[in-house]
Amino acid sequence: MGEMNVAEEIKTSIQSAAGDDEVIQIVDMHKWYGDFHVLKNINLNVKRGERIVICGPSGSGKSTMIRCINRLEEHQRGQIIVDGIELTNDLKQIDAIRREVGMVFQHFNLFPHLTVLENCTLGPIWVRQTPKREAEEAAMKYLERVKIPEQAKKYPGQLSGGQQQRVAIARSLCMNPKIMLFDEPTSALDPEMIKEVLDVMVGLAETGMTMLCVTHEMGFAKTVADRVMFMDEGEVIEENTPDIFFDNPRHERTKLFLSQILGH
Amino acid sequence: MSDVAMHSYAPGTHPSLPPPIGQAGVLLWLRANLFSSWVNTLMTLIGIFLLYKILPPLFDWSVLEAVTNAGSRAECREISAHGACWAFIGDRISLMVYGFYPVEQRWRVDLSFVLLGLALVPVLFDKIPHSKPALLYSCCYPLIAGWLLLGDKFVNILPYVDIGKNYLILSGVQTSEFGGMMLNTVVGVTGIAFSLPLGILLALGRRSHLPIVRAVCVCFIEFIRGVPLITLLFVASTMLNYFLPPGKTFDLLLRVLIMVTLFSAAYIAEVVRGGLQAIPNGQYEAANSMGLKYWQSMRLIVLPQALKISIPGIVNTFIGLFKDTTLVIIIGLLDVLGVGRSSLADAKWNGLSTEVYVSIAMFFFICCFSMSRYSIWLEGKLDKGYKR
Repeated sequence: MGEMNVAEEIKTSIQSAAGDDEVIQIVDMHKWYGDFHVLKNINLNVKRGERIVICGPSGSGKSTMIRCINRLEEHQRGQIIVDGIELTNDLKQIDAIRREVGMVFQHFNLFPHLTVLENCTLGPIWVRQTPKREAEEAAMKYLERVKIPEQAKKYPGQLSGGQQQRVAIARSLCMNPKIMLFDEPTSALDPEMIKEVLDVMVGLAETGMTMLCVTHEMGFAKTVADRVMFMDEGEVIEENTPDIFFDNPRHERTKLFLSQILGH
Repeated sequence: MSDVAMHSYAPGTHPSLPPPIGQAGVLLWLRANLFSSWVNTLMTLIGIFLLYKILPPLFDWSVLEAVTNAGSRAECREISAHGACWAFIGDRISLMVYGFYPVEQRWRVDLSFVLLGLALVPVLFDKIPHSKPALLYSCCYPLIAGWLLLGDKFVNILPYVDIGKNYLILSGVQTSEFGGMMLNTVVGVTGIAFSLPLGILLALGRRSHLPIVRAVCVCFIEFIRGVPLITLLFVASTMLNYFLPPGKTFDLLLRVLIMVTLFSAAYIAEVVRGGLQAIPNGQYEAANSMGLKYWQSMRLIVLPQALKISIPGIVNTFIGLFKDTTLVIIIGLLDVLGVGRSSLADAKWNGLSTEVYVSIAMFFFICCFSMSRYSIWLEGKLDKGYKR
């Protein structure tokens, strides 16, 4: 009886801590590549509608961390709970989470053999079993939102990098995700095109989407983020609201990073 | 000087001008490709000389002085001493096409060829009307063709299936009566049709994360590739029955079909694996992050791209397979080459091997060249979306 109670208690305490609006909870998460300890004791709670920017030097584990959230990478210790579902080896739960989590990649990863429209409708049609016409209407709506409805019939190879990344964002939105993950969405783009993608992301943030964004765009972080996380060597060094983070960083490592990235 | 050179344009207003005279058109092509240097000019002249030496005599032999109507080699030579004696081929053409298939039943072979042509259309071309029922028909074609060609012997070739002979209406034809081009086509088409899906599965299996699946696929591919086709055909003709339950035998032709299919599937698997390796990891990740299941992401994302890359290799394997169908001669099946060789022994037509081999070569050339052209057309069609 005692054991039962303890188990119940833990369960309810997790749930109550989670509350209704905690969509991502990461508790003491660790990951290793072989012997290399890439992620160390990651703890993160994300509320619904929160926008979090993650920055840090390359190799600090920031991409790996957000890729753990939809199981593109596997974590070896700790807990990740997304929208009330815990990530385990259970394929059904992984699929359930992936349906709710959209992801935008550094290199867009559009499907080159499909048109822009087909890229956008593939997920809804095959994963959500949406009727084709309905999926196409929704896709056009999102393509309009990222301001490229006129490219719907083209193939990704015929578009510029910025346009491709906007299509990738539209493709993710077509799945009606509850959370969007951005993995350095502007790092592969020419300076001219960064703005058009950031504009779309700012617009998305204004709709109240929960966003986790790995980026070096500090201007974006300042205007959009509710919280900024700084990671180095697999650890979260510092986490704060953008004004405190940028104006009064507490750690030497953060100060060094900011001076390097904002210095030029 | 021209106006253009004198004219100065404001920045951003320079018009597109035609190229200078002599830098475009046929003359430019001739000069650039045939007479660009003295070595090139010499090569061109030698080439023209060789063509002059080869083409007219060849045309004389095969067309102008050829005999199409004669009763024997002697008659041929009376009409024309140096021309080709196509009359011999005309005399033997039905044997070379149908083998020993009963004469009064040969319409069934013709019909199955016509139906084969129809079955290929929806497979080879998209954008045809009613493509779904047409594809369904293509999938059923092997059964239709088996029934047409074998009649009520169709039940014998499938030892584990029991359907009443009476339903099959058509009179039975033994597979040992198959021969000629029809045999090559049956072996070739069956091998091609079944080795592609099998090869794709093997390629996926070889890249699987499941160790047993991977091990089985690797062993199969390496074993089959490591053994000559002739050896496998000997195995098919003599040894395979040892591995079957007693009392059950497979038809010899069926055993050959299985061996040829397995053989080319192993090669296809390696070709397709090459294509799969060319697909960037990001494609898998994008498919996964969308929530697509393994088979969905393979079918919708990975395979369409991988197969497109693999087309040249796949068609190469198919062409090799089609030509290798002549190897069945060594286990006693008389394909077109076997029938041709045996008809050379006829005293009436003695010594006309050139005509026979040229005809057989033309048959294979036409089939293989069509495959090659189709693959080039298909590559061009699939390439459209990638071009800027």
